[in-house]
Amino acid sequence: MAKAKPRVAFFDFAGCEGDQLQIANLEETLLDLLEHIEVVAFREVKTGDEPPYDIAFIEGSITRPQDEARVKEIRKQSTFLVALGACATIGGINCLKNFHSEAIYRTQVYGDRARWYDTYPARPVGAVVKVDAELHGCPIDRSEFLRVTKELLLGKRPWIPDYPVCVECKEVGNICRYDLGRPCLGIVSRAGCKACCVTEGATCWGCRGLAPHANLDAARYVMEDIGGFSREEAQDLMRLYLGWTQAPL
Amino acid sequence: MNDAPKNARPGKKATAPKETPPPTSEASVDKQGKQIFVHHLTRVEGHGNIVVSIDHNDKIETCRWEVPEAPRFFEAMVLGRSWRDIHHITSRICGICSIGHQLASLQATEEALAIRPSEQTHVLRKLALHGENMQSHLLHLGYLVLPDLLNVDSVIPLAQSHPKELKNLIALHRLANEFSRVISGRTTHPQRLIPGGMGKLPTAEELKDIRKQLEDSVPKLKAAAELFAALREKFPDFERPTEYVALVSEAEYPLYWGDIGSSHDKRKPARFYMDTAKEYMVPHSTAKWARNVKQSYMVGALARYNLNHAMLHPLARKVADQVGLTPMSTNPYFNNLAQLVEVVHSVEDSIRHIDRLLTKGLKREPYPKVEPRAGKGVGAVEVPRGLLFHAYEYDDDGRIVRADCVIPTNQNHANIQHDLDELTPTISGKSEAEIELTLSMLVRAYDPCISCSTHLIDMSGQEGGRGVRFVREPKAGESRKA
Ligand code: SF4
Ligand code: SF4
Ligand code: SF4
Repeated sequence: MAKAKPRVAFFDFAGCEGDQLQIANLEETLLDLLEHIEVVAFREVKTGDEPPYDIAFIEGSITRPQDEARVKEIRKQSTFLVALGACATIGGINCLKNFHSEAIYRTQVYGDRARWYDTYPARPVGAVVKVDAELHGCPIDRSEFLRVTKELLLGKRPWIPDYPVCVECKEVGNICRYDLGRPCLGIVSRAGCKACCVTEGATCWGCRGLAPHANLDAARYVMEDIGGFSREEAQDLMRLYLGWTQAPL
Repeated sequence: MNDAPKNARPGKKATAPKETPPPTSEASVDKQGKQIFVHHLTRVEGHGNIVVSIDHNDKIETCRWEVPEAPRFFEAMVLGRSWRDIHHITSRICGICSIGHQLASLQATEEALAIRPSEQTHVLRKLALHGENMQSHLLHLGYLVLPDLLNVDSVIPLAQSHPKELKNLIALHRLANEFSRVISGRTTHPQRLIPGGMGKLPTAEELKDIRKQLEDSVPKLKAAAELFAALREKFPDFERPTEYVALVSEAEYPLYWGDIGSSHDKRKPARFYMDTAKEYMVPHSTAKWARNVKQSYMVGALARYNLNHAMLHPLARKVADQVGLTPMSTNPYFNNLAQLVEVVHSVEDSIRHIDRLLTKGLKREPYPKVEPRAGKGVGAVEVPRGLLFHAYEYDDDGRIVRADCVIPTNQNHANIQHDLDELTPTISGKSEAEIELTLSMLVRAYDPCISCSTHLIDMSGQEGGRGVRFVREPKAGESRKA
């Protein structure tokens, strides 16, 4: 990537475009970044699309068979493919519909027009094509986006925290939600957000996915037996973002 | 009406190129077929297509606004979920309007569960909405509209050609984000807004600081007004009177609550939103369309301006004069000018609200205690793109059994189509590039939020009908536990 500016592209599938918004929200820093890269596709911002891409960022989940073809084509054209945000990395909120049988979210909803619109269970980008790096969060963290992009431009493999949110939550000095009588998924979620939701008065919802080797059984034990929350409350939290996880939720 | 939407497979390559475009985001021009196909219109949120057919005499035959976005089933996603999480989930309908979705959601939940937030909470929420309105309008004006007015394909070249103007808008946008962060805790998908109150309060110091920043932004706002006043003539000269719908209130230029007002219809309380937003479906769109008394109506900054201009603060009025916006403005392109006027108003109104909070002193309130119960509620909020409704029904455990979200862009789709119908004969014979730009600019003027606008499809099968949007009535005795 020495001489010509690296060619960077952004694509969106089923999502809220909140992650792309974080990139626009870099404000002046974005202008600096733009001096070092060439944006060759970014539908929300510019007209045009010129493959191939050195880095392709993909936001959103795959929710239709025809999206698969599109994402595979992007994969073919890209050297690095980065999943951007929970919908793309872990399926995220979109996977909530997966807990209803297809008969409910599709046939019952569309009635005799079930075939009108293609849809299937929502899935992360990595379930369809190889993903080289993941930027977690719902939405992504701006500074993490900058750091990872820089590392990619330098040809490094980006580093993503592999410990749970609790570590960062302690660092910033929050009172643990469990001490306040509220459940929290920080115990099993991947850090990197500085526990921002806890810091802002909410709980960790698990948007960055499970930390490596997260023990869901132990988490359930903490929530139900120690925290005293019902099975349903524990399940509410676990299903919110982790719908694609191959574990009984 | 019972045909399948022929555009439902934009990803598949071309068996019938007319309906199934290749997956690029560029406009393609089919010379033989005399069709201009703006596939996945750029610089809007979500996916939409404009399809123009031109006959052999270069006359535009039809122009169609299509929405092929993948439906995301939000109303199904919240089914069975607890009142605690609903605003968190529906926030994800749209990244740009996440604050507005949360507030509409909280209003609906609070009405259903009989929760009464404090006066202070309401003021903070009004500030949150102002922050979002500023964020969204400035993003739209600076990054998405300005390139059209300056004849470039994106904001990127403007960094070289118009650095001063661009940096001014970026600085204002940064302020809007900072403002949102101070009030809501995060600029997108905020965490402080919760049923019954605030999860965390800004400090008095933060409020004072942001108040000063808002006040200091006035010269920047004036510079932005000058910029758009100078570019005003770049907006096509096109008038089409239509029905304008927005919240109205005796007290203020309302964003957070009010009655449903219309330029052509009587005023209604928000809970009768279904009487105004009569939704129906069309085959070439995964999103719904809506109408009230006329064949279509418009929501958004221009509709709000047309109905509530008398409530604007002084500088906002001055800016309206300066950019040449007068009520009733019937040029849809001027929605962009109304957005600028609203940014100025939001700054002025926010300063007023912050003063109120600071005079009274911020009070820490206990974490809201909520007893789940069965009930129904409707929330109505003005978000950047227009009027937004959330309506929920909860069961005894405070879990959702029914939900309905009526999104601004859905209410605008029909109006966009009618604008296109009337606009196209006036530009027949112009170059394809010019036609494409004029039409794209029109759609962009509405700042459509297409990814939000696709939701469940009416089952009634009749145009104008309103069927069961919501999916499942739990049967008696049925447990929702999976
Ligand atoms: S991960 Fe969150 S912010 Fe990103 S697109 Fe999905 S819902 Fe939006
Ligand atoms: S509040 Fe959540 S993230 Fe923080 S320490 Fe407690 S469990 Fe961990
Ligand atoms: S605290 Fe939890 S929910 Fe919030 S950003 Fe971090 S991982 Fe996501």
